Amino acid sequence: MNSAPAIAFQILQSVLVVLAAPLLMGWVNQCRAWLQNRSAPSVLLPYYTLAKLLHKDAVIARDASPLFRLTPYVLFGCMWLAAGIVPVLATGLPFAPAADIIALVGVFALARVFSALAAMDIGTSFGGLGARREMLIGFLAEPAMLMTLFTAAFISGSTQLATIVDTLAHREFAIYPSLAFAAVAFLMVLLAENARIPIDNPTTHLELTMVHEAMILEYSARHLALIEWAVAIKLFAYMTIGFAFFVPWGIAEAGNWAALPVALAALLAKLALAGAGLALLETLLAKLRLFLAPEFLSSAFLLGVLGMLIHFLVSG
Amino acid sequence: MSLASQLVNLLAAFLLLIAFAMLSQRRILTLIHLFAWQGVALAASTFLVAHTTGQTHLYFSAALTVLLKVMLIPWVLHRLIDRLNVKWDVETLINIPTTMLIGIGLAIFAFALAAPISQMASTLTRSTLGIALASVLLSFLMMIVRRKAVPQVIGFLAMENGLFFAATSATYGMPLVVELGVALDVLVGTFIFGIFFFHIREQFDSLEIRHMEKLKED
Repeated sequence: MNSAPAIAFQILQSVLVVLAAPLLMGWVNQCRAWLQNRSAPSVLLPYYTLAKLLHKDAVIARDASPLFRLTPYVLFGCMWLAAGIVPVLATGLPFAPAADIIALVGVFALARVFSALAAMDIGTSFGGLGARREMLIGFLAEPAMLMTLFTAAFISGSTQLATIVDTLAHREFAIYPSLAFAAVAFLMVLLAENARIPIDNPTTHLELTMVHEAMILEYSARHLALIEWAVAIKLFAYMTIGFAFFVPWGIAEAGNWAALPVALAALLAKLALAGAGLALLETLLAKLRLFLAPEFLSSAFLLGVLGMLIHFLVSG
Repeated sequence: MSLASQLVNLLAAFLLLIAFAMLSQRRILTLIHLFAWQGVALAASTFLVAHTTGQTHLYFSAALTVLLKVMLIPWVLHRLIDRLNVKWDVETLINIPTTMLIGIGLAIFAFALAAPISQMASTLTRSTLGIALASVLLSFLMMIVRRKAVPQVIGFLAMENGLFFAATSATYGMPLVVELGVALDVLVGTFIFGIFFFHIREQFDSLEIRHMEKLKED
């Protein structure tokens, strides 16, 4: 399995995800600007922002501990690892057996813990506030996420992402009501986990409402660049997890160079559609009050559980 | 599994989803829309079962469902809440996340209850019996946790939807005469409830059921 072509595929995918993630961010922002009748910024704007931030000198608070400096690298590393495990372009990658879906959720949780700790480390009131809100959302989103993933895992009989994708992509056509429920629940979790609109506004700096922005308020220059980049990779990874479960068609197998162009084209098309859809959702929805977030996420959990129950009912 | 039975399963799942959505809904107007959509899902699944099994009387009951539960009753309810001027406020006895958790418990209970029955059944729709039972119980729960009269009545109507679906999934529907009778009952019930609403409001200045527990004026 770990032949040279497979390793080449792994490297290709990892590099591609890191390089393409800001592009996805730019595309979402552009779509949103169009929908809101603003003149859109360039798709490449996130790259310029990253380049600008990387050239600046970092300013760090006097009381910051090493944890504060370390966190951006941990975040970036976690997200990159996650992007290496998810079958983005191909299944059967050498990295894939390293972690199943439960461990993947764990990787995301690790990143969350570090960012919350770093936010509290500085000792500003905004940092603590952001960290608390983030943990509130995180602890509600995680069970919902796991329930969603379990539904797909029950259908394919494995918690390995690659196996799930293989079974779902190569089955004969069948309607799974349980997967429809899981898809809706996953979408809700995606919005919550990536600090998108019904839960958090990614563009706001209004202290009453910000969650994610409040946590990274003290970061500057290369640290901020790494965090922004990690956020982009996280969105990319979540979207590709969604594709892997609910629209797995077109994915290649590791080492199969002939299938690569098709897989790339399918990935691009799916990402373009999903990005536009995300922008549309964010334009249509209004941000919820923070205290309605538990209701939103408990609905996601409910949908996940219902999906699983219906799977047992219909197949059993 | 055939395509038809998969589609019926999908529609059943929608029915359950709508039942949960009604449970979590705060606005009466949306509640009525959801009730109409539940009627659509019910009619579509009845029509599918009729089409695949060749039971002609099920076509009639599907048409009846569309006519009554998708068009007439929602229209009457619309008129009612317009007249009563209650569009938004739905007050619940328990907060909504807790209600949903109780709802999940009820759904699991209903599924477990229906599992042995569906194993013995041989109909196309046997796996949906649990869902039908769950939506009946969820409507029951909705009637219990809501304070105001209008949502309670919508809960009652939704319960009838669930029962109807249970009949279709367990035995391919009741005889046409029975179905016609039930439909008429529901229709007349809605009208009577409508008249009652006005009387309740005239008497107590509010639509909260709690006021009716007091038997004498103090």
